[in-house]
Amino acid sequence: MLEAIIQISLLAVSISMIGLIYRVIVGPTTPDRVVALDALGVNLIAIIALASMLLHSKSFLEVILLIGILAFIGTVAFSKFLEKGAIIEHDRDH
Amino acid sequence: MRTNDVILQTVTTIVSFMIILFSVQLFFAGHYHPGGGFIGGLMTSGALVLLLLAFDIKTVSKILPVDYKLLIAIGLLLAVGTGAGALLFDVPFLTHAYNYFNLPLLGKTSLHTAVIFDTGVYLVVIGVTMTIIQTIGVSE
Repeated sequence: MLEAIIQISLLAVSISMIGLIYRVIVGPTTPDRVVALDALGVNLIAIIALASMLLHSKSFLEVILLIGILAFIGTVAFSKFLEKGAIIEHDRDH
Repeated sequence: MRTNDVILQTVTTIVSFMIILFSVQLFFAGHYHPGGGFIGGLMTSGALVLLLLAFDIKTVSKILPVDYKLLIAIGLLLAVGTGAGALLFDVPFLTHAYNYFNLPLLGKTSLHTAVIFDTGVYLVVIGVTMTIIQTIGVSE
């Protein structure tokens, strides 16, 4: 019963990831692609959580937190590049 | 025109501490659970990169006055020193030893010399990552 529910959820998350990949490829502007990539990371977290439930394993829980942090840092870096043109500044005052 | 990124800076000050705590947990859990020196060092440098993103290199080097190239040297010294320390006890290079100790707060704890080797890996990973990012990533 639980296994069937997990498989249906995996299917739903996969379909939403396909929609997001469509937005990454087609998306008219770059911010569209950045937001779609961020949401892809969140969906990847969901897939790993469901897969670790399916495999009866607790070894993937670090990966979930890791992908969350990496998606956040990557999105912040991309947004800063889009807004300022520079990712790391030497001096903010000028 | 100066942009105002108060939201990013406030979030960074809170989140970077959580990332560093997570990296320390990954580092110390490495012997029995997934993790270890490599991914712990990468996460610590991730927190430092987040600080670099929200602030700038001048501010971050004022907060953390660390020469990252020196960190690489210290890490390699720790790793080689653990291996060479085995030679003093007449066993092959890189032979590790462990024993159980009764620590004041933690109780019966297994202390292993592989942790010192892992600390070397941790420091080298932080040093290499931050050196690369600070050298390439800065826009003049």
